[in-house]
Amino acid sequence: MRIFDPHIHMTSRTTDDYRAMAGAGVLAVVEPAFWLGQPRTNPGSFADYFDSLIGWEPYRASQFGIRHHATLALNPKEANDPRCRGVLDLLPDYLDKDNVVAVGEIGYDSMTPAEDEAFAAQLALALAFQLPALVHTPHRDKAAGTKRTLDVVAESGIGPGLVAVDHLNEVTVGLVRDSGCWMGFSIYPETKMSPPRMVEILEAYGPERILVNSAADWGHSDPLLTVATAEAMLAAGFSADDVDLVFWRNPVEFYGQSGRLDLSDIAEPPPSFAGSSIARGGS
Amino acid sequence: MTLDELAAALEPVPQRGWLIDAVAAARAEPESVGRAFAQADRRLGRSPLPGPAGDAGWTPGRAGRALLLAAVADRPDGADRVAALYQRGDAAERLAVLVALPLLPIADRAVPLLHDALRTNDTRLVGAALGPYAAHLDAATWRQGVIKCVFMGIPLAVVDRLTERADDELATMLAGLTEERAAAGRSMPADAVALLDRLTAAADSTKPSSWEEQ
Repeated sequence: MRIFDPHIHMTSRTTDDYRAMAGAGVLAVVEPAFWLGQPRTNPGSFADYFDSLIGWEPYRASQFGIRHHATLALNPKEANDPRCRGVLDLLPDYLDKDNVVAVGEIGYDSMTPAEDEAFAAQLALALAFQLPALVHTPHRDKAAGTKRTLDVVAESGIGPGLVAVDHLNEVTVGLVRDSGCWMGFSIYPETKMSPPRMVEILEAYGPERILVNSAADWGHSDPLLTVATAEAMLAAGFSADDVDLVFWRNPVEFYGQSGRLDLSDIAEPPPSFAGSSIARGGS
Repeated sequence: MTLDELAAALEPVPQRGWLIDAVAAARAEPESVGRAFAQADRRLGRSPLPGPAGDAGWTPGRAGRALLLAAVADRPDGADRVAALYQRGDAAERLAVLVALPLLPIADRAVPLLHDALRTNDTRLVGAALGPYAAHLDAATWRQGVIKCVFMGIPLAVVDRLTERADDELATMLAGLTEERAAAGRSMPADAVALLDRLTAAADSTKPSSWEEQ
């Protein structure tokens, strides 16, 4: 079983997680830029964060044979903070980098005018840089937020096949399926979506255009819930090919639209990386 | 390797037309170079070039980046533009800048980039900082760079003009590191041991022997 986690915040995870993921068959991850749990006060903090998402994290992942790519954006929550608006001006410098496979996470948190503006501006960036877009849907007022999200996507002119709408549930999946966008599901230990519920959705809607992720971060989350969901699919009678479609070929097809997804074998991990090394006892 | 030789080596590369356009655009409008510089590896390729350029480690992407740098480097603000491409680059872009520096008409104005690369723990960047452009490094910084190579296990073959520049002070530093390693039960890389032996032998042969002193 090969697993591609299309949405996981490895910056917030330990090397033990990388080891466990690799041992369980997770071979590739995409890390979207997001909120770090506390506010950043200037665009420079984002520049350092973006540098780490295209530098240090891919190196760390490579130590465990895991291929790491990133999606970069100003997240919806911090789009509301005027101190962070300058991040939109930083993005063009980053969106051409080899390791960047989408613009994201963008979308709505509280559906404010500032979020409207950042969302539209970043969909335009996705079009300009010929990248897919990873769109977050709000935790609160999710159905209304998802509908408004799809309206903004349609208005932007980006093809629905280039857009993944994430954190869906039973209430919002139908809307997104009908739009032609990719359907993303985040499997959490308690909230959002559980493996058994995910299997029911797959039974109802089929495995096409579906992306399943752990969205593991600094909160209560589990980077192995992709694997648990794949096993639940098999237990429910899905074929190994269905599992491979959902957990490998779908994310490869979605992010592969960037033309930058590199899944060639990692020949030999570099021994160390700028500034620090995860090896102990050496330099 | 010269810029002309790199341009010739790029002739069979299928995406060469893209590079020619990008170089022309960079000359006309230097701000445009950033995007082309970021894209060069995936546009042109990462496998070694055929012939001597490939033997010397040049790939189409890296050679293309050298030509893009050359297109902006001969302006009055050329060194600043080269520095900006380094600072905004990912690791592959930074490496491409470092290896291109000796080919660019910027004299010693990019030395701060070597200092930056030598502060990292990325073996590729540290090694590239000690190539031919390191001729512009002062002796103390250069010695620290060589010792850092030994420390990080980077082969000393990457150091340009090592035999010519290695001096007594470097020998003292190598001897000190050897002593520390021995105390920790660790060995020195063979190339560092060989270098220290050569430096020690050279120093001994210039010393007056004991009967001459009497």
